[in-house]
Amino acid sequence: MSPTSVTSSESAVTVSGLTRAYGPRVVIDRLDLRIGRGEFVALLGESGCGKTTLLRALAGLDPIQGGHIDAPGRPAVVFQEHRLLPWDTLWQNVSLGLPGADPRKRAAAALVEVGLGDRLDDWPRNLSGGQAQRVALARALVQEPRLLLLDEPFAALDALTRIRMHVLVKELVARHQPGVLLVTHDVDEAIALADRILVMRNGVIASEHRADTHGGPAASRDQLLRELGVATNLQVA
Amino acid sequence: MDGRVSNVDYVIQQEYRAPTTPAPTRHTSAIAKPGVKPNLIVLSWITPVVLIVVWEALAQAGWLSPQVLPAPSKVLRTAWKLTLSGSLLNDLGVSLLRAAAGFAIGGSIGFILGTLVGFSRIAEALIDRSVQMIRAIPFLALVPLVIVWFGVGEGQKIFLVSLGVAFPIYINTTLGIRQIDPKLVELGRVQGLSTLQLIRRIILPGALPSILTGVRYSLATAWLALVVAETVGAQSGLGFLAMDAREFLRTDVIVLTIVIYALIGVAADSIARLLERKLLAWHPNYGKGARS
Ligand SMILES: Nc1ncnc2c1ncn2[C@@H]1O[C@H](COP(=O)(O)OP(=O)(O)O)[C@@H](O)[C@H]1O
Ligand SMILES: [Mg+2]
Repeated sequence: MSPTSVTSSESAVTVSGLTRAYGPRVVIDRLDLRIGRGEFVALLGESGCGKTTLLRALAGLDPIQGGHIDAPGRPAVVFQEHRLLPWDTLWQNVSLGLPGADPRKRAAAALVEVGLGDRLDDWPRNLSGGQAQRVALARALVQEPRLLLLDEPFAALDALTRIRMHVLVKELVARHQPGVLLVTHDVDEAIALADRILVMRNGVIASEHRADTHGGPAASRDQLLRELGVATNLQVA
Repeated sequence: MDGRVSNVDYVIQQEYRAPTTPAPTRHTSAIAKPGVKPNLIVLSWITPVVLIVVWEALAQAGWLSPQVLPAPSKVLRTAWKLTLSGSLLNDLGVSLLRAAAGFAIGGSIGFILGTLVGFSRIAEALIDRSVQMIRAIPFLALVPLVIVWFGVGEGQKIFLVSLGVAFPIYINTTLGIRQIDPKLVELGRVQGLSTLQLIRRIILPGALPSILTGVRYSLATAWLALVVAETVGAQSGLGFLAMDAREFLRTDVIVLTIVIYALIGVAADSIARLLERKLLAWHPNYGKGARS
C-alpha cells in the first residue's frame, strides 16, 4: 500500500510467500506471484483449489497468515455476482466510493465505455445479467485501478453474452492498462484473454504458460486440460 | 420460556415483516383489464353508499333512536357546528400533537435500540431478551400501572403511544439490518467506503423497506394507544370530546369522534404508503412499475 512501491516499476502486484489457512487447513502455501502493469493473467485450477481464496487475499478482504502482498493503491474487484446496489441508479452504483470531483460525469463516461451510456438513471433491476456485469466492470474501471481482480465474472452468463464480454474486457484492459488477475475454470476463456496462464495446485502456482511474442495463445487447450487432470485422449467421434 | 420464540411472537414478527416477495393482493387484481378498472372502483363504493343511505332513511323514519345511532346528516351538522366553534379543531390538534410526540419518542427509541441490536451481537445479548419480554405483555394491560405512574396527564398518553410505537420499529429495524446481503457490505469494503459511508450508502437503504413497514404498523398502534389513553381520562383531545359527550348522551358527537379517528387512521396509512412509494422507487414491490 505504501506509495514508494510505485518504484517497483510497472508492477501491479507482487506476492511473496503468501500463506492463507482456514484454521489448521492451509489453502495457500507460500505462494509467489507477480503481475505487471497492463498484463492479463488468468488463473486456472480445479474447483476448491484456492483461487477465490487467493483473489480475496489480494483484494485485502481476508487476513493472511504469512508472506507479503505489495499492491500499490486499492485493487478493484469484479465478483461472479454483479453486486449492484438495488437502491442506487446505475451511475450511483458506478461512482460508489469514487473519490474526487464530478462523480456523475466520470461514472457516465465509464458507462459509455461498457455500452450503457443511455441508462445512467436506470435501476439495476431492469438489467439483464450481462448488462449488470458490464456495470460492475464499469464500477471497477472507473477507479483506474493498478490491479483488477476478476473472480469468474462471466461464469453465470450464457455463451454468446460471455463471448461479447470477452471482447469488451480485452478492449477495456488494453485501454486502461491495469494488471489483471482473472480467476476462471474455463480453459478457453483463459486462452482467449490471457497473456499468461497460471495453473494452481496444492496451494501454489504449479505451472505457468506465456503467450509467444507474436501474441499467439499461451498454451494449448489439451496441455492445460491435462494439467487440470482432465483426460483428453478420448476421441469424440 | 424463551421470550424470542413463542408462537405468538413468531406470528407477530411475520406480520410485521416487509414482504420479500411481490404481494399482488396489495395492488389492483392482475386479472382486471385496464378498461374495466374505473367501473370496479365505482362498484366498490356502491355498498358503503347504500349502507349510509339506508342508515339515514332509518334514522329519518324514526326507526333508529338518535341516542343509539344518530343520522349521518346529524353527525355532519354536529361536525360543522363544532368546527365553527373551534373546539373540534382544538381537540383534534391536541390529539395529533400527542400522537406525534409519542411517535417521535417511541420511534427514536425503537430505531436506536433496533440499530444497536442489528449491528452487534453483544447489544443483542444485552437488550433483545428484555425487549421481547416486555413486548409479550399486551401493552394495554399496562394502562392501570401507567395511570398510577403518570396520572391521567400528558405523560400517560405520550408514554402509552411511545410504547406502542417502539416495538414495531425496533423489530423491523433489527430485521432490516440483519437481512442485508453481506456480499453488498463486502462490496462496500472493496470500494473503500468508510464506516459512515457504509451505513449511509448500504446499510440504511438496505434496511429501509423493513423500517418503513415498521413505521406503517407503528402508526396503527400509535393511534390505538392514543384512543385508549384519551378514553381512560383526558381534559382535552378527541377522546375527551367523546367521553364528555357520553355524559350528556350526545351520540352524534361520539359517532363523529369515531369517524375522525377512522379518517386519521386511513390518512396516516396513506402517508406511510406514499413514503414507501417515494423512498423505495427502486424496489420491485413498491416502485412505479409495481402499482397501477
Ligand atoms: N470461509 C471458509 N472457511 C473454511 N474453509 C474455506 C472457506 N472458504 C473456502 N474454504 C476452503 O478453501 C478451499 C479453497 O476454496 P476457494 O478458494 O473458494 O476455491 P476455488 O478455487 O474454487 O475458488 C476449499 O477447500 C474451501 O472448502
Ligand atoms: Mg471460486
